[in-house]
Amino acid sequence: MATVTLSREDRSVSPPNGRARTAGRRRPLRAAPFYFIIPAAAFYAFVVLWPSIQGVGFAFTDWNGLSPEKHFVGIQQFVKAFQDDAALAALGHSIELAVGITVVQNLIGLLLALGVNTRIKSRNILRVFLFAPVVITPVAAAFIWQYLFTPTGTINELLQRIGLGGLQQNWLGDPRLALFSISIIVVWEYAGYSMVIFLAGLQGVPEESIEASLVDGAGPFRRFWYVIRPELAPAITINLMLSVIASLKLFDQVQVTTGGGPGHATETLSTLIYKNVFQFNQFGYGIALAVLLTICVGIISVLQYRGLNRSERVSKRRTDS
Amino acid sequence: MRKYTYRTLVLELVMIAVGLLFMIPLYVLVNQSLKAPSDLTDPLAIVTRPTLQNYADAWSQAGLAHALLTSALITVVSVVVLVVISAMAAYPLARSTKRWSTVAFYVFMIGLLLPFQLALIPLYSTMRDLGLLGSPLSLMIFYSGHLAPFSIFLYAGFLRAQPAEYEEAAAVDGCGPVGTFWRIVFPLLRPVTGTVVILNVLNIWNDFFTPLLYLSGSGNATVPVVLYSFVGEFVSHWNLVFAGLVITIAPILLVYFLMQRTIIKGFASGLKG
Repeated sequence: MATVTLSREDRSVSPPNGRARTAGRRRPLRAAPFYFIIPAAAFYAFVVLWPSIQGVGFAFTDWNGLSPEKHFVGIQQFVKAFQDDAALAALGHSIELAVGITVVQNLIGLLLALGVNTRIKSRNILRVFLFAPVVITPVAAAFIWQYLFTPTGTINELLQRIGLGGLQQNWLGDPRLALFSISIIVVWEYAGYSMVIFLAGLQGVPEESIEASLVDGAGPFRRFWYVIRPELAPAITINLMLSVIASLKLFDQVQVTTGGGPGHATETLSTLIYKNVFQFNQFGYGIALAVLLTICVGIISVLQYRGLNRSERVSKRRTDS
Repeated sequence: MRKYTYRTLVLELVMIAVGLLFMIPLYVLVNQSLKAPSDLTDPLAIVTRPTLQNYADAWSQAGLAHALLTSALITVVSVVVLVVISAMAAYPLARSTKRWSTVAFYVFMIGLLLPFQLALIPLYSTMRDLGLLGSPLSLMIFYSGHLAPFSIFLYAGFLRAQPAEYEEAAAVDGCGPVGTFWRIVFPLLRPVTGTVVILNVLNIWNDFFTPLLYLSGSGNATVPVVLYSFVGEFVSHWNLVFAGLVITIAPILLVYFLMQRTIIKGFASGLKG
């Protein structure tokens, strides 16, 4: 419910609720002077707005971050990004991670939500435990998994025990597997988050519709598709948006477990930006990559925001009619 | 109301098994942290002779006490600043019907879209020029600006749904804008202040990237950064590392289990990317 409420408030942003009423009042509201925004605006301008504008500017220079000299080089850094195999590979890895994590995390989150949103007695305690990884410091979670994934670690031990010793792997050390292993970490951390958002959406499914579908003899799959899924549309959009954006920007888990290795097998845009700026002194180039990442994230956010509005309109129309 | 059938029981058992599977990493973490380094039993075997030696060693060798203090200081100051400046800003943004208010609101909301990597690097050089690198102050300033859009978003959304009658009554009674804000609006915002505090505390406490840039090697590092260098130093001493991890995770998990209802609700209502 909460998520749905939130997005509804979000839509009422442009015409604030009180506007129609206040406009018709005999006596206009005198309070709420504009200078109340100054402290927040000052912090925001100093930390976000101004440096972002500067950042876009630096992307067109060859500045190394230290020397007082910097030269305007036009779009050369961007051209370089598209010719740089390392950058293209990092982009590929980021997309692979984003797609893999988004699909698996939301699928598991949805199944967990459907399982928890039933008559089972352990539903409350399960919800608490399944959500717990979300609040754990990502760096700490990454270290735990780094251990679990070591060749002599718990995962291989478990496989051995259940008779699947042949599946033992060097999870983080094998270039073909490392990216997959990292996505397991992220899914473990955030499946509970997806679950909670789906659960909020499931609150909106009327109990009567479920019972009606039971009376009509609909099986679990038909019931999910025709009765539950339409109500979940806003939750699905929010979940997809959150996981795509977060996994495109993924840094902590990669930096801690592999640092982008073995070789460059798990280099993502975020780790590459970090390396260029803080290890290779390629300030201009690093920030050009950051601008490209911004554009990717921006495009996805706008597309998904529009998708969110559309799916809300659809579900609203359904309830209106 | 549907009944508890044998199929519900099967589902119950499946879900409990899944829940246990999810907890394996945390079980291994705590279990290993209690084993002496000489105890070479496999990680899943429950500890037979538990020792707290790892905890004592990790505590003294990683300098966790100082890191926990630094993290707590940065988190508390930043969250207090965020609550005050965001609630203040949300008041005119939610109530004023003037054009500048709508524009200002959208300018703040742009901040939700911009990835921090973009501003991070220029801000890093500004902080360096101001001599703030290595000082917790740099992080307090960073979070106060970086997390303001999200906090304002939550506050303004909440305030719009509240009637303005009390504020109007206060104004009629001769209460100035500052008095109206502190006596009427801010108390009215209390439920959403809970959400703002929770989400910001977790965000700040758990952040790794920013303190890694601004504080690493300064002697003022926060918990995740200290952990990062500690593990780098003792990479194969997993029992020691795990004790360190438990020490740093424990405060968060404790708060989480005490306030899980509020925290989960806060996450479900707060869009956070």
